[in-house]
Amino acid sequence: MTMLKVSNLHAFYDKSHILQGVNFHVNAGEIVSLLGRNGVGRSTTVKTIMGEVEPKGSIEFKGEEIAGLKPFQIAHRGLGYVPENRDIFPTLTVRQNLILGLKGKEENGRWTIDDMFSMFPNLATRADVPGGVLSGGEQQMLCMCRTLMGDPELIMIDEPTEGLAPKVVEQIAVLLQEIASRGVSILLVEQKLSIALKISQRLYVMGHGKVVYEGTPSSLLEAHDVRAEWLEV
Amino acid sequence: MSEVFIFATLNGLVTGLLLFMLASGLTLIFSMMGVLNFAHASFYMLGAYFAYTISGVIGFWGGLLFAPLIVGAIGAIVERYGLRRVHASGHVAELVFTFGLAFLIEELVQFFWGRDTKNYQSPEIFDFALFSLFGQEFSAYRGFMIFIAIAIFAGLYVVLTRSRVGIIIQAAISHPNTVANLGHNVPFIFMCVFGTGTALAGIAGVIAGPVLTTFPGMATVLGSIVFIIVVIGGLGSLPGALIASLLVGLLQSYAIASDVGMPELLTLLGISFDRNHPLNDLWTLNLPQIAPVLPYLLLVLVLIFKPTGLMGNREE
Repeated sequence: MTMLKVSNLHAFYDKSHILQGVNFHVNAGEIVSLLGRNGVGRSTTVKTIMGEVEPKGSIEFKGEEIAGLKPFQIAHRGLGYVPENRDIFPTLTVRQNLILGLKGKEENGRWTIDDMFSMFPNLATRADVPGGVLSGGEQQMLCMCRTLMGDPELIMIDEPTEGLAPKVVEQIAVLLQEIASRGVSILLVEQKLSIALKISQRLYVMGHGKVVYEGTPSSLLEAHDVRAEWLEV
Repeated sequence: MSEVFIFATLNGLVTGLLLFMLASGLTLIFSMMGVLNFAHASFYMLGAYFAYTISGVIGFWGGLLFAPLIVGAIGAIVERYGLRRVHASGHVAELVFTFGLAFLIEELVQFFWGRDTKNYQSPEIFDFALFSLFGQEFSAYRGFMIFIAIAIFAGLYVVLTRSRVGIIIQAAISHPNTVANLGHNVPFIFMCVFGTGTALAGIAGVIAGPVLTTFPGMATVLGSIVFIIVVIGGLGSLPGALIASLLVGLLQSYAIASDVGMPELLTLLGISFDRNHPLNDLWTLNLPQIAPVLPYLLLVLVLIFKPTGLMGNREE
């Protein structure tokens, strides 16, 4: 079953034509990566899907057109988004940050605060400290956990490993696999190939505002020309 | 002397807490939406007028209940169909909008209720002295005003810092997009905050109307002073608004109650002056005369030494 289907998606920042007809899809339970160099439109793609940037084209989620809906309406349909800048609420405690992720008053989704704390004992020990004092890696964990508290069926994660130590990147890879094992589809937006090649079932490479390659991790490893032209610096 | 001090303190507390009822709503709206609502004191005036009319039909308590609800609903409508549309044009447009709204409300009040002072009275149940000190009575109604103001502060503080709604509001202040991405309807939250802020101003109007008289200029009287309080306390800070309200209330009250003047000060400094000098009026000024200017002076001092306000933490 297709969870997310993006067809001929265009987006503009003022007069700049950023997305120039993006096409891709994510199936239920899949981890799909959206790769590409800086400035090719990866982040704009997820922001447009989430309703932060005005879309032109079609975005179907669980068979329903969501293009044009407001971000909170899209979130309520089951789409989660972890932004690139993490956006932890610095004055709120770790626990309050997690509570904020809940869409209703109760924890009635597939994730609870206790789940998060058992997966990340670091967050448990710092449950009552302000989110702003956490390390970069802990903030990234908290940001993902906060989105999961809203019980999304598909989660879009923008550059989760950016600026993090290799050990933390490993932890994030484990978390992403744990998320997928509970039936949540993942759209992973990455510049680097490290965890994308390891955990994705399929991947797309973007260039100049559109998808230029579609394949699997193993096929991309063999496609030297694609990597050289669109990924390697 | 202690008698004067105690009553000046009590009066200062009452004035300060009344100012806080207004400032709390204004600072809440500013911290959440970045809107300096020039019409805030006009909602306070509407509260007093609605309470005057409602209390004439179903009594004071009906006015206390329904007038703030009506004012809050009007505030929410203003946000939804006015401010939200103007917001896209920037803060200057918002300021001009709220400025115009203040004039509009004043004109409407005069149109519907007339220009004369209304005979809006506190309920008879409070027609007794709460206590007497040095032969002076402190009315029960003033005690009631203190109670309501403290209850508002405590209620707001608990809701903003302990409840889920408060957490969402706090987060939406700094990260509206992220809060929206988590599934919260930020424009609706903004509308509710604006409605609540104006309802709080309405409560202040209901409570203050009988004491400070209900007339079409009542918004102008308190309008500027409330802005001063919010800036002194630190834009967006609720505890700051409380401290600044009390500071301004007490400062004015002590100044009015004191009999110190420039002559005493100059004598103390060993400076003599000629009573026939053209600036004699300046040299004979006393503290009660300059009491209304003191909050503005305090504002200037705070802006010089702590531009973010007493409890403000915004650097921009």
